[in-house]
Amino acid sequence: MSSTGASVADETPSPGGRDPLSGDGAATGRLGDRIFAGATVGAGLLVVVVVVLVGIFLLAQALPALRVDQASFFTSTQWHTGSTLAFGIAGLLWATVATSIVALLVAVPFSVAIALFLTQYAPRWLSRPAAGLIDLLAAVPSIVYGLWGGYIVAGKWAPIQDGVSTVLGWIPLFAKVDGITGGSTLFFVGLVLAVMILPIITALSREIFDQTPTTHKEGAYALGATKWEMIRTAVLPFGKAGVISASMLGLGRALGETIAVMMILSGLPQGAPWTWSLFNGGATFASKIASDASEFSGGLSTGAYIAAGLVLFVLTFVVNAIARVIIDRRKAFTE
Amino acid sequence: MKALRISQLAALSVAGTMALAACGSASNDDAAGGGGTSAAAATSSSACTPGNLTGAGSTAQQNAMAQATAGYKARCGSDVSYNGTGSGAGITSFITKQVDFAGSDSALNPQGKDGDEVAKAAAACGSPAWDLPMVTGPIAVAYHVKGVDTLVLTPSVTAQIFSGKITKWNDPAIAKLNPGVTLPAEAISVFFRSDSSGTTDNFTNYLNTAAPSDWTAKHAKDWSGKVGQGKAKSAGVSQAISSTEGGIGYVEWSFAITDKLKMAQIDNGSGPVALTAESAGKAVEAATIAGTGNDLALNIDYSTKAEGAYPIVLVTYEIVCSKNADPAKGKAVKSFMSYLVSDDFQNTLTSIGSAPLPTSIKDKVTAAVAALS
Repeated sequence: MSSTGASVADETPSPGGRDPLSGDGAATGRLGDRIFAGATVGAGLLVVVVVVLVGIFLLAQALPALRVDQASFFTSTQWHTGSTLAFGIAGLLWATVATSIVALLVAVPFSVAIALFLTQYAPRWLSRPAAGLIDLLAAVPSIVYGLWGGYIVAGKWAPIQDGVSTVLGWIPLFAKVDGITGGSTLFFVGLVLAVMILPIITALSREIFDQTPTTHKEGAYALGATKWEMIRTAVLPFGKAGVISASMLGLGRALGETIAVMMILSGLPQGAPWTWSLFNGGATFASKIASDASEFSGGLSTGAYIAAGLVLFVLTFVVNAIARVIIDRRKAFTE
Repeated sequence: MKALRISQLAALSVAGTMALAACGSASNDDAAGGGGTSAAAATSSSACTPGNLTGAGSTAQQNAMAQATAGYKARCGSDVSYNGTGSGAGITSFITKQVDFAGSDSALNPQGKDGDEVAKAAAACGSPAWDLPMVTGPIAVAYHVKGVDTLVLTPSVTAQIFSGKITKWNDPAIAKLNPGVTLPAEAISVFFRSDSSGTTDNFTNYLNTAAPSDWTAKHAKDWSGKVGQGKAKSAGVSQAISSTEGGIGYVEWSFAITDKLKMAQIDNGSGPVALTAESAGKAVEAATIAGTGNDLALNIDYSTKAEGAYPIVLVTYEIVCSKNADPAKGKAVKSFMSYLVSDDFQNTLTSIGSAPLPTSIKDKVTAAVAALS
């Protein structure tokens, strides 16, 4: 068929008396087509416009506060928003990134394993309900995770954490921090976040693994591969890009998680000594903004929080950009 | 002055007749016509003005407000919605005219961190805005130490514990205040509010006023201490104390009651005082009025040595326009405020961990409410 969409049917006059071969403009000209094209372009543009406006708003609101900031915005860990403004995001940035990375390191291997089990190993009668069950995890509200983590599990996690820091305390990441009790630490928040992002990564990975072409799999078997070798040579390479984008989606949720983090993570007093330990308290961007939101009065002091929000906005952008680059390179390799 | 007293009497007698009479304005009028003076009848007509109201602000008085709105609805049939957004947000909503009244943990501040709140509120109202103290929320110093059922603390020792100078429960300074109590040699875990809150503001104000040499930082809504672990909201602090052996922290009284926490007695210089509705009321009674006229911003004397006064109290205010631009709205606000200050409502406060206003302050608030329009 030619690209104009002309066919044999066009050779004969239509009942409407239209000239043959004049074309009906189906590809571009019909009303439905124009509406649909307009709608998609509109939706695409709207998203871009909204994101740009969010960026402009954040910048405009943050700048006045940043101008009178008495502390170094990027390297200071203090957060004074009283009559004198002295705030820095170092502590918030570290807590946000540390908890999210812990969450990702724990959740991705689990999710991939679950997805492989559901698509490659589990019998059909098991895989469907099991997948539904995992999707159900995504529907649990984050406040429930916060209460469950903070009130029930944190106390039970504390002895494990103490054990780890006794054995591995010489690694700065696992050093014991004085005055932090009860397991409400960055590492523990990372674990709870891992549970929260697990269903997202699992669901997407499962979809991708399910689409592995049967020819690839049978090819691997034909070459004498065992089941594990088949998965390694056929399923995983095919699904890699998908798993990465699923992980980035999960990371996005971990970076921005608010209530659960606020409920669990112990806050630090002003001027607490800096430490790289994951067994420390702190606050993430989102939890800091949420916990102080009730006392916002809409002036310079609020600008400090908006500036923090701006950094989170940029951070999410950077993460997504890196993910894009990785996915594109993967694609280039596999195709 | 005389007129003021009469209206004061009138409002009180209205409160009295309302307590006796069944709900509904018709029966109120009957009661007033039967036994009240003509002034009482005049006020009683404005005591239950229909009109729905919205308020926002302090979470410290949210429980009290939930109780008040339900009681007011039953009495007058009008809906009052109160949104516990936090004091700062409540004042902002009030200034931008989104709500009819604001609840706040502190009076309007001429040197607020984002400008003169008094002037902004007056500009929004077109008349001066008044701070009316309504609900007293005592702050408990709650602790969790096995085997220690009573604990006495002075302002100085409290400040040293919360600033990290005293780190063990068997510190000689604590032992000296508690003869006969076996204190364990365990570490003290301090808990504070990680969110901005009026509770933190009042507690640090107490430490800074009553023990200035041990607590040098000025009071603030964010924790200014150098030690401790922050927990979200009163519920978080309360839960952390109850689950941590050796823990201590400050929470609103109601949370300490619900979580069955042990509360320290405070010795401000005239003997240890346990936290009760009565002892908290005495501290409010000792407060001086900082506002002028009917603006009843209080200056709480945290270092009060009044007999039997529990000094760590948080007084929450209702912030209202003294003369509302919309007369109907003004009457409705007045109606709700007179319910809040009535004995009917104030006497229910103890059941939810707040203390009723002491008589001396209540009389002043009643007079101010009568002058609202």
